Amino acid sequence: MISYVGSRVFRAAITLLIAITLVFIFIRFSGDPAAALAPPDAPQEVIEQYRQAMGLDKPLWVQYTSYLGQLFQGDFGYSIHTGLPSAQIFFERLPSTLVLGGSALGIALSIGLPIGGIAALNRGKPIDRLVMGFSVFAFALPNFLFGLVIILIGALVFQTYIGASPDSFSDVIFPALTLGLATMGAFARFARSSLLETINAPFMIAAEARGIGRNRRLLRHAVPNAAIPLVTLIGLSLGGLIAGSVVTEQVFGWPGVGQLLVRSVATRDIATVQFIVLAVAVTMIIANLIVDLLYLVIDPRIRAK
Amino acid sequence: MEILRVDTLSVSLPSGGDRALAVEDVSFSIAKGEMVCLVGESGSGKSVVAQGIMGMLPSQLPVKTGCIAFKDKNLPPQRDRAFLKLRSVSMAMIFQDASASLDPLRRVGDQLEEIAQVHDVDRATRKIMVTDILKAVQLPEPQKIARVYPHQLSGGQAQRVVIAAALLLDPELLIADEPTTALDVTTQAEILALIAALQRERGTAVLFITHDFGVVSDIADRIVVMREGKVVEAGDAKPVLQTPQHPYTQKLISVASAQAKLRETAASMPVMVAQNVSLTYVSGGLFNRRVVEAVKDVSLTLHKGRTTAVVGESGSGKSSFARCLLRLEDVTAGTIMFEGRDITHLPRRDLQTLRKRVQVVLQDPFSALNPRRTVGSAIAEGPMIHGMSSQDARLKSEELLELVGLTPQAYNRHPHEFSGGQRQRVCIARALALDPDVLIADEPVSALDVSIQAQVLDLFRDLQNRLGFTMLFITHDLRVAAAVADDVLVMENGRAIEFGEASTIFANPAQPYTKALLAAAPGQNLMKLSAA
Repeated sequence: MISYVGSRVFRAAITLLIAITLVFIFIRFSGDPAAALAPPDAPQEVIEQYRQAMGLDKPLWVQYTSYLGQLFQGDFGYSIHTGLPSAQIFFERLPSTLVLGGSALGIALSIGLPIGGIAALNRGKPIDRLVMGFSVFAFALPNFLFGLVIILIGALVFQTYIGASPDSFSDVIFPALTLGLATMGAFARFARSSLLETINAPFMIAAEARGIGRNRRLLRHAVPNAAIPLVTLIGLSLGGLIAGSVVTEQVFGWPGVGQLLVRSVATRDIATVQFIVLAVAVTMIIANLIVDLLYLVIDPRIRAK
Repeated sequence: MEILRVDTLSVSLPSGGDRALAVEDVSFSIAKGEMVCLVGESGSGKSVVAQGIMGMLPSQLPVKTGCIAFKDKNLPPQRDRAFLKLRSVSMAMIFQDASASLDPLRRVGDQLEEIAQVHDVDRATRKIMVTDILKAVQLPEPQKIARVYPHQLSGGQAQRVVIAAALLLDPELLIADEPTTALDVTTQAEILALIAALQRERGTAVLFITHDFGVVSDIADRIVVMREGKVVEAGDAKPVLQTPQHPYTQKLISVASAQAKLRETAASMPVMVAQNVSLTYVSGGLFNRRVVEAVKDVSLTLHKGRTTAVVGESGSGKSSFARCLLRLEDVTAGTIMFEGRDITHLPRRDLQTLRKRVQVVLQDPFSALNPRRTVGSAIAEGPMIHGMSSQDARLKSEELLELVGLTPQAYNRHPHEFSGGQRQRVCIARALALDPDVLIADEPVSALDVSIQAQVLDLFRDLQNRLGFTMLFITHDLRVAAAVADDVLVMENGRAIEFGEASTIFANPAQPYTKALLAAAPGQNLMKLSAA
């Protein structure tokens, strides 16, 4: 068990280092930040001065080690435009993205899992086909399209603009629905197949032969076993909390991290882009680590290793 | 006192099946303390009868006519809620795969307690009952077993736990559906003895479902033989075993009591020699490095035209040893000679000639054939790789198909159109397509029904007589080994512990382990009966 935890933590650390390195490589090779920052008609000497000021004239590995050093000291650089620390800019935007992503995940879980379960218990019946049809639709529909349709309906029918402020209920619920729809479809499908597999497992038949009633068999035996593969899926969606909402935020004009990312990329605000990408990588890695550790709690077979 | 009576029971199959009724006009009864064996091969409908008694027939298998009475009272309709009060209390059932019939996420003791709980036993009594029953099924340290999870149990322990679960509330009827089929012979013998002992102590009536007449001869009071949904023969154990009336029963019994057959074999030259072969697997990574010594210092000589059986329980290293001979694994130590040439470290590119001359037949004929290729092309592929023209290869394949008892028309058909036994014939034809000198057969009949087993074993012998190849036959089943082998090598935990001519080994085993294997093999009574 200790070796299991050890190897997972070790693996997470390695993944983090690779992510950090890739961020460095991609940002350095995506163009000269000094040239982008300087006025368009600036002479070469001015650009050189920018480069020196930003340390871009030094050899690559020196840049890399000083980049690593800064990261470990918690120095993530400053926005070129506002002069504020990139971390501060990010954390100002984070709560509204978490509200959006969190409610989307909540909707997806609270609707997707039950309808998937209902479909499994009514396999082959009309309700099963309805749920599966819906989940394919939800999964396949691009979420910007769904978002635009909602905005359109709001504007034309109710004479209101949805998504203007993250404070009122309807302004949260519709963007969240937009964002959560695809995940909901995925959850429903997964919950259905996972539950189907367990309700036909030999131990379920054996439990029936032991005189254990249907509800108890389902809740005490089938659901916990069916939950194991679902934990992975839910973990992955947790990892996408920050990164997943770029399109939806754009569509609804939601003042979150996704919108910040799009704007920072467009304006070549390197420090901010870098911090967002790192934050996304870190949440992904942490979510995966949590899933791995959660398995320890749920599954005695892994605990034994 | 009569506990159970099944009266002219017929159960329908969904339309489009290979027959209209899963079970047709089946009648039998079981008295208190009696052991009735329901014998038949897969698809004979014996499990449907068991499901019907438990009230667990799915709606696709409706009862057409007849009834089932428990202590002279008709059982409720199938799947009725009233069955919840009967299951575990009056009747219980155990299944073939014991570890799979326990919830992997919950402790063994909790799962046993749950049974008592849903049948309204109070908390304090439950605890005591669980410990008592775990003791009764002869599990060491019952308190400790109660706290473990199913995956921590061995196959035999899991079957004991499942028996404990079935007998917890002391039912009057126990249905055991192939409970020992998945176990190795030593454990099988222990479990059979346990069931018999518990039955005597508690006076439980037992319906024991099996395909294995060896097991039947050891335990049965009465026998019901089923075939394709119908009872073909029924009666007290002794007359049925001694003078079976129906040809099907006769066939099943003759298969099970097949005796070691001695064959005249001249002292012949060694074809393949393995000297002090060891194989060690290293797996895992930085944190969980594991070293498994699969084969330890095994030596064996295969003589031309002879069959050597390697016998051992699962995990004894017999398959790993075969993989070494095939050069599928590189040995950790030792040498392998083929026709006087050292092939231990023959480089990969020189192995092709060896591969041509040493061929293999595997256990599972279902996964050994590519489902998307015709069986003809599967057989012809080998000769074509080794330079035969496609026309000649086709002719050769058709000859081989006839040789193994199929028609040449089978050439253009796909594996799914064949039964398990027929597929194994295709696999044998494929192995023989290159005219090998040595045929290594790894549990080639273990996945087949007994009557098919006998046919395939006959085929092996017949082909060997005609083609004169040398055979290494790997099996866990002593009866199979006795039916084909000239020599026997017994393996335990990766070591060769006994070697000799088959007749000697079976008559006078020297090692205690071999003795235990022999004593554990089901069918002892059958041997005695047929000898008498």
